[in-house]
Formats: sequence, structure tokens, C-alpha cells
Amino acid sequence: MERILMKGNEALAEAAIQAGCRFYFGYPITPQTEISEYLSRRLPEVGGVFLQAESEIAAINMVYGAAATGARVMTSSSGPGISLKQEGISYLASAELPCVVVNMSRGGPGLGNIQPAQSDYFQATRGGGHGDYRTLVLAPSSVQELVSLTHRAFYLADKYRNPVKILGDGMLGQMMEPVTWEEIELPPLPPKNWAIKGKGEGERKFILCMELDPQELEKFNRKLEKKYQQMAEEDTAWEIFGEESDPHLLLVGFGTVARILKSVIREGKKEGWRIALLRPITLFPFPYKVVQKMAEKAGKVLVVEMNLGQMIEDVKLGVEGKAPVHFYSRVGGMVPTVDEVLQKIADILRGEGRK
Amino acid sequence: MMHHEILIGGFGGQGILFLGRVLATAGMLEGHEVSWFPSYGPEMRGGTASCTVIISAEEIGATVTDHPDICIVMNEPSFRRFSPLVKEGGLLVINSSLIRENCSRQDIEILKIPANELAGKETGVAETTNMVILGALIARKPILSFSAVKSALEEILTGKKKNLLSVNFKALQVGKNFEEKERQ
Repeated sequence: MERILMKGNEALAEAAIQAGCRFYFGYPITPQTEISEYLSRRLPEVGGVFLQAESEIAAINMVYGAAATGARVMTSSSGPGISLKQEGISYLASAELPCVVVNMSRGGPGLGNIQPAQSDYFQATRGGGHGDYRTLVLAPSSVQELVSLTHRAFYLADKYRNPVKILGDGMLGQMMEPVTWEEIELPPLPPKNWAIKGKGEGERKFILCMELDPQELEKFNRKLEKKYQQMAEEDTAWEIFGEESDPHLLLVGFGTVARILKSVIREGKKEGWRIALLRPITLFPFPYKVVQKMAEKAGKVLVVEMNLGQMIEDVKLGVEGKAPVHFYSRVGGMVPTVDEVLQKIADILRGEGRK
Repeated sequence: MMHHEILIGGFGGQGILFLGRVLATAGMLEGHEVSWFPSYGPEMRGGTASCTVIISAEEIGATVTDHPDICIVMNEPSFRRFSPLVKEGGLLVINSSLIRENCSRQDIEILKIPANELAGKETGVAETTNMVILGALIARKPILSFSAVKSALEEILTGKKKNLLSVNFKALQVGKNFEEKERQ
């Protein structure tokens, strides 16, 4: 299979085309603008629509419109732009409209900077918009995975009629790695008989995100709840790397950090350390059960993130106090180095690491 | 096991990212795992630029490195910043056209090459400085074959840029010849 060296952002954009995305609405922001740039050239070639909106708010509402017609549609941005899109994402979740929202996140809060960060974990996994809604969140860790998870994102959006977020960061978006373009097969999906196709085709349909009767809205929210439970049962994904059967430390990290932790495990092996890495691939639904099982096996957990401590809350929910959970982070666009994490592990193994 | 962590630093406009891309593409064409990560700050021409390329036999973890085993510095700021990081026994390639300072490290191998002068005089195209350096690097440390590097250039310089191939090939040869003379 031929390998092509591609930038993360461009690989994601091409994967969207190949997954059948024909509508893209966005507004430029570093470090993800290459997605827009690539699609502005490629979408017209395949008969699609590329539109640079006047703002992020306009873009997400255009996504709502295209999704309501049953089309595969995507928008992308970075932290500050995603903040602007949150109202629209809540509306999309309420209207049960499938779409893909990409966040190549950067250092925050505020306008922050353009370097890689993972500080949008809460925003992605807890909503950020109002109301009781959830979005699936996929966390790729390589350029090849940006391709496979973009396909998966469109599939899951249609399967659940729900927005799906891809949470990357500046490093994944800007780096180049070889990519192979093989056919990706996913299970069949039900027909979109809910989509609004215009006058003259069957019964009248409505796509709404308002329900004034509280009894009816409660029923609807319970229906959403079932959907979120089904996501947890059927579509939680993770990877385990390193010493799986008898670890004496469990590392947990996602995306860019998980790559660094793989290097850490290889270096640690030279010291005789038996370390396992659990890399959540879906951040919502989060692999709580696996975290607990692996934490019990290892007896000690170290969470590494590029934020002040966000995913660690999910890790602790999974561990349920059955093992101490340590934390190491770099923030503000700084990326942890292999040496720093090795030092932290040495401290923990000597019993000096603070929880 | 094959594993190289290569750090390249210089001014924006010196072709730092391009040089990295040629290395990564050549590594890929030889069947290795590769990654390329640029500094992507707001700086463009005239600012500082750097880029990390990793070429390995196994799945690549971290795409940035604390201790490169090969480091190319094309200007003084990157010389000062990166030369202390080079792994013991590693190779530091210094563009001596722009770097007058001496490197005091005894524990690494140093290759000095007046790449700007060589590019200007021998190829007539100043922009090929990066390829002169690459030619010298591959001659000193054959981590990749010359034919893979040439194929990488053919893969990257397509369309309107195809006419730049021959001068880039020439620049590689100029660097290679310089290194061979140095060794004698």
C-alpha cells in the first residue's frame, strides 16, 4: 500500500471528503486553517460546498441547516472558535442532527496562543453549551488515526443522530506522517427518513429544538439519555500499550500526550520498569471500566495532560479510590518531554510523588 | 535498531521545513516510520524556524526530542539554542557561513560547512543552501541513501516546481563533494 506524507489537518480534510462530507462551513483560526484551505480546493472538485462564513456562529448554524437535509457536513475550529459554536452545538444535539465538529485545540484560556494544548477537554466532554446534552468525542493520536477517526466520526454521527467532536491539538494538526488510503468499511446505517427534502416528498416533517411542554421535554431528554447509554455500551474505544498483564504503574493520556507516553514506556523498559499505557480513544464515552481494571492491576496511576487536570476527573471516577492517582502536566501551549515524565515516574516509584 | 531524532534550526526562509520534509519523505520511501513536526509560530521569513524529524524502525511516540542525535544549525541563534542538546556521540552540522562561534563540545562529532558560499558559488542559487547541507549530512552519516533523497525531491517538487529539481540535485552533490574533501 502506497504511503503519502501528509499534514494532520490535510489528512483529516481528505478523509472527510472520502467519508462523503459534501458541505463545510468554517471560519479560519490557527492551528487548523489548513483544513479550510484544503477543503476550499477539494470540495468544489467533488461537487460539494465550501463556505467561509462571516463568523463561527454563522458557520455552526449553516451546519444545522445542511444537517437537517440529511447531508454529511463538517465544521472545524480551535478553542476560541469552538466556544462561539457551543450554542449551535446544543441546538444540533437537541434537534438530533448528525454533524462533525473538529477542534484542533490551542493554549487558553481566552485568545491564549496557537501552541498545542488539551485544555478543551471539559468543553468537549461536558458540553459547553447549555442543557443536558452530550457529544461523542474522538481523540486521535496520529495522522493515520485522524483519517480513520474522521470516517468513524461521520458514521457515529449518523448512527446516533448526534454531533460528534474530534478533539486534536496543534501538534496533530501541524505534523506530517505517512498515511495509507485504504477503503474503510463501516456497518450499514438506517435511511435518513427524518431529513427535510423540500416540498413534494411524503409527509410533512419538522426538525425542532424547542419543546414547551415539560412532560414532553422530559420524555425527550430520557430518550437522549438512552442514546448516551447506548454510546457507552457499544462505542467506547481505547488502546492499551506496554506491559498489559503485570504492570506496576498505569499511565493514562490521550492524543499527543499518549504518543509521548509511548516513548516514556520504551525508555522506562530499559530501567526495568513495567508500565502500561491506557489511551482513551473516545473521551465521551470514557472507558471507565477499563481504567478501573487496569488501575487495580497496577496499583498506581499517573495521568499526564496538557491542562491543569481535566481528564484526571474521569480517571478518578473510573478508579473509584481503588488506587492512588498522580498527575503531571504542562500547560499554556507547553508540551511535556519524555525526560520530565520519566523523572515524575522515578519519584512515584520511590514513593515521593505527590498525589 | 534504526532510530534517528533530527533537529533542524535556522531563520525562516532558509528552507528549514523543506529540508525536514525531504528527510522525512526519503525515510518514508525507504520504508521507515517517520514524523515531521515544525515550529509553527507566527514568525515567517526572517524569524526563527525549527523542525524535528524522526526516522525509526518502530512506531513513533514523541514527535519532539530532548536529545537529537543529529542536529543541523543554520544560524547563530539556533546554534546557541540547540548545540547543547545534541546527544553524546551525536552529530552537529554547522553552517559556518553564518555561524562564527566555535563549539566547545568534545563529546560530539562536528561537521562545519560554509553552505551559503558553496550554494552561491557552485550552484548559483542561494536558496539551495539547505540541500548543500543535506548532501554533506548524508555523506557523513548515511542514514538514508542518496537515491531515496533524490526520489523524495522528485515527489515534493512537482508541477511548476519540477524545473527546480536539477539545481537541487546539484546542491546535494556539492555538499557531498565538500564532505568527501573534508574527510581526506
